[in-house]
Amino acid sequence: MSAAGTRAEERPLQIANVSADAVSRRQFLQGLSAAGGLILAAGFPGVARAADPPKYGRDGMPNGWTDDPLVFVSIAPDGIVSIVCHRSEMGQGVRTGMPMIVADELEADWKRVRVVQAVGDEKRYGNQDTDGSRSTRHFFEPMRRCGAAARTMLEAAAAARWGVPVSEVQARNHEVVHAKSGRRAGYGSLAQAAAAQPVPARDTVRLKDPSKFRYIGKGTLKLVDGPDITTGKAQYGIDTRLPGMVYAVVERPPVYGGKMVSYDATETMKVPGVLKVVEIEPSDGPAHFNPLGGVAVVGRNTWAAIQGRRALKVVWEDGPHKSYDSAAFKSEMEAAARKPGKVVRDHGNVDSALAGASKRVEAEYYIPHLAHAPMEPPAATVRIVNGKAEAWACVQSPQAARDLVAKRLGMSADDVTVNVTLLGGGFGRKSKPDYVVEAAVISKVMEGKPVKVTWTREDDIRHTYFHTVSVEHLEAGLDAQGKAVAWMHRSVAPTIFSTFVAGAKNEAALELGMGVINVPFAIPNVRIENPEAEAHTRIGWFRSVSNIPHAFAVQSFVAELAAAAGRDQKDYLLEIIGPPRRVSPESLNDTWNHGESPDLYPVDTGRLRRVVETVAREAGWGRKLPKGRGLGIAAHYSFVSYVATVAEVAVNDQGEIRIPRIDIAVDCGATVNPDRVRAQMQGAAVMGVGIALGSEISFKDGRAVQGNFDTYEVTRMAGAPREIRVHILPGDYARPMGGVGEPGVPPVPPAICNAVFAATGKRVRRLPIRDQLKA
Amino acid sequence: MVSVTVNGRRHDIDVPDDTPLLWALRDELGLTGTKFGCGMALCGACTVHVDGQPVRACVTPISAVASSKITTIEGLATDRVGRAMQAAWVDLGVPQCGYCQAGQIMTATALVKSNPKPTDAQIDEAMTGNICRCGTYPRIRAAIKQAAAQGGAR
Repeated sequence: MSAAGTRAEERPLQIANVSADAVSRRQFLQGLSAAGGLILAAGFPGVARAADPPKYGRDGMPNGWTDDPLVFVSIAPDGIVSIVCHRSEMGQGVRTGMPMIVADELEADWKRVRVVQAVGDEKRYGNQDTDGSRSTRHFFEPMRRCGAAARTMLEAAAAARWGVPVSEVQARNHEVVHAKSGRRAGYGSLAQAAAAQPVPARDTVRLKDPSKFRYIGKGTLKLVDGPDITTGKAQYGIDTRLPGMVYAVVERPPVYGGKMVSYDATETMKVPGVLKVVEIEPSDGPAHFNPLGGVAVVGRNTWAAIQGRRALKVVWEDGPHKSYDSAAFKSEMEAAARKPGKVVRDHGNVDSALAGASKRVEAEYYIPHLAHAPMEPPAATVRIVNGKAEAWACVQSPQAARDLVAKRLGMSADDVTVNVTLLGGGFGRKSKPDYVVEAAVISKVMEGKPVKVTWTREDDIRHTYFHTVSVEHLEAGLDAQGKAVAWMHRSVAPTIFSTFVAGAKNEAALELGMGVINVPFAIPNVRIENPEAEAHTRIGWFRSVSNIPHAFAVQSFVAELAAAAGRDQKDYLLEIIGPPRRVSPESLNDTWNHGESPDLYPVDTGRLRRVVETVAREAGWGRKLPKGRGLGIAAHYSFVSYVATVAEVAVNDQGEIRIPRIDIAVDCGATVNPDRVRAQMQGAAVMGVGIALGSEISFKDGRAVQGNFDTYEVTRMAGAPREIRVHILPGDYARPMGGVGEPGVPPVPPAICNAVFAATGKRVRRLPIRDQLKA
Repeated sequence: MVSVTVNGRRHDIDVPDDTPLLWALRDELGLTGTKFGCGMALCGACTVHVDGQPVRACVTPISAVASSKITTIEGLATDRVGRAMQAAWVDLGVPQCGYCQAGQIMTATALVKSNPKPTDAQIDEAMTGNICRCGTYPRIRAAIKQAAAQGGAR
């Protein structure tokens, strides 16, 4: 904690715990795929293990973590406690949750706490990639220790002032109290002396007993940004305003990998308010986090830039992906899915078990590309003054933005500051800071003037890092009692790694470990294969990532098996999960395990069963429904959390579908802010409904067909479930936590399609459903 | 040069007549609470009140509102119903990322001002033009009902 009046940012660096291992791994990954690989670091434990002992969880992330109170806490003479939030706020509530952990252990009065957003500086703050549903589970313990250490320093300062043993004083609600003498001192009056106290050694810091938590686990605190958001004061990346600022939009190659041949800006320069046209060089090879290239139009306001771009004439060379066509590619993937591919898990003997089965079931599922479409499109402002660059941007990965801007401008990262604004949605799109680099390139040409780059909605939907497209082919054999004895799953999908490594055609460990190989079913014969698929567009991660297609296929197929066996879907799901047991991820060939330790985080079928049983009970599974209505269930383990969903659907005679109610049971371990867990699950239900019913990006002639919300359908109020009930299973603060932001989405689409089957007898195997139920 | 009245103040803005109100508000007047979301009146993020009616600022040429009274989210608290709506939003923890919420609140306020006790179907109809990608719809519905039940009494 810093002394009175000292800004946290001005303190010397305090690196409490950045392991040399994390650094060497980081360098290795940079060598592999430049800065882009950083974010995927947790995807390479197998590689890291070759050189180093395995590091998991927060230890395995680039730049690790710190719990140093001098980095995160400062107290002003008036008692106002400032707590740094080093992760990006994109709606998950991290700016409330993370400081709340510190404040609780610090015994701070929340009304006197202010939240300060960290700039991108991982050497100082530890890993800042707000991604992978990791913030709370990685930083709960460090933030607790940080708050507890600061509390200890305040107590020591008070004891020294009063000349009493430190064991006789106690911090309570923003003051330190000496009960014997009745003396008390407010935090503000102790701040300076406390900052001079030594930071207590980590193993001496006393954490609160969870029964004494004031804020953690209560869900009673309001969002720190609520008042600003509702009055229009909240600052997002798109809202930055600086003196002398100019505004830019960029015309990018319409086909991934395309290049500009020539352009004519004669008409553009005639548009009132247009100031300049700037070329942006594309990068060779895979996109990484680099700009796609193209031509920027700079204007005195955004509208002038947009109008100027409209008048621009560009000749493109479309490059190798100019004939990418989603219909043709679907056939290609289907052909691949019907032939043997790379075996990624093989237990027992699937072929003989299938041959000897009483009944064989086979099905194929298709899930299209998706665009994140955060309501705030990508936007960033950069200015360059005296050889130093400063950015204001809505980024999930401020350190990556900083490194890339530095690289592109030929600067040291020390000369680049990335200020993190609020993010108007992220969903993985804003992990990739290509738009910040665009602003930096343009600012440099504009002699350092502040330049704001805004992506229009069409820019966003047509040029995002698309969620992959996939065909999932499943075969199973049932014995005479209907029990599954063989399971064969071929997953075909262009990999995220194609965006970083030229020619990557197989799903990586982190994609396979998202619900295709780490499926802990009690089936003796299992083979999982991954045939190759070539990427023809820029693939990236989208909230929940590969869990979306995998869970859709696996959980739909379980329901198909139940139907084939003539069994209740929920009973059959529980049977196929099998008895409660802790399954080692390694025994499932999962070397990734969401980056977490296989010992701390085995796949716990007891927990998976429990969310199924809970949601079934709470949703009234088996209740009588009128004609055209049905219930469907699905369960999925992802981001080391367990979620089960029941959807109720209503399909009318015209084949129109409504989803009146969704129930979600989640076991993410203990919670910091149960109200935000509930909010994330509600949001996941709504997003899952969109994925099930309407969202699809398709390509024709290499170009994304959809461009705005008229063609790219997302859930609206009228199509959202009227009722979303969230059931949070109780957790234990002594046990590892799970993720929350992403695990809610994957079970929603299969639960809906299983409910459609219950309501109509029609099995949907291709998303989105759109008009498939009509006539 | 176009003159507009925003939140009770008159402004002269030097932009072409066809400039959308949205960009004049954001870039010229610095009123960034009104958000860009789609540019085609498809998402509602840019909703403002023009003479009390909810209007999509992204497709409204500034010249078309020169003689009107414009209210943005920054000026909404002067309205009783608007204030109640903002309070309900905070109370129920409606926002996630918060980006669309200014537009949601503007639309919701206009709804309750014209229909003090909207039904679920009327809420659907009024609000379905406002997209929330975070999926806060259940809480938006609850907040509208809470503000309406209080009759905009705060």
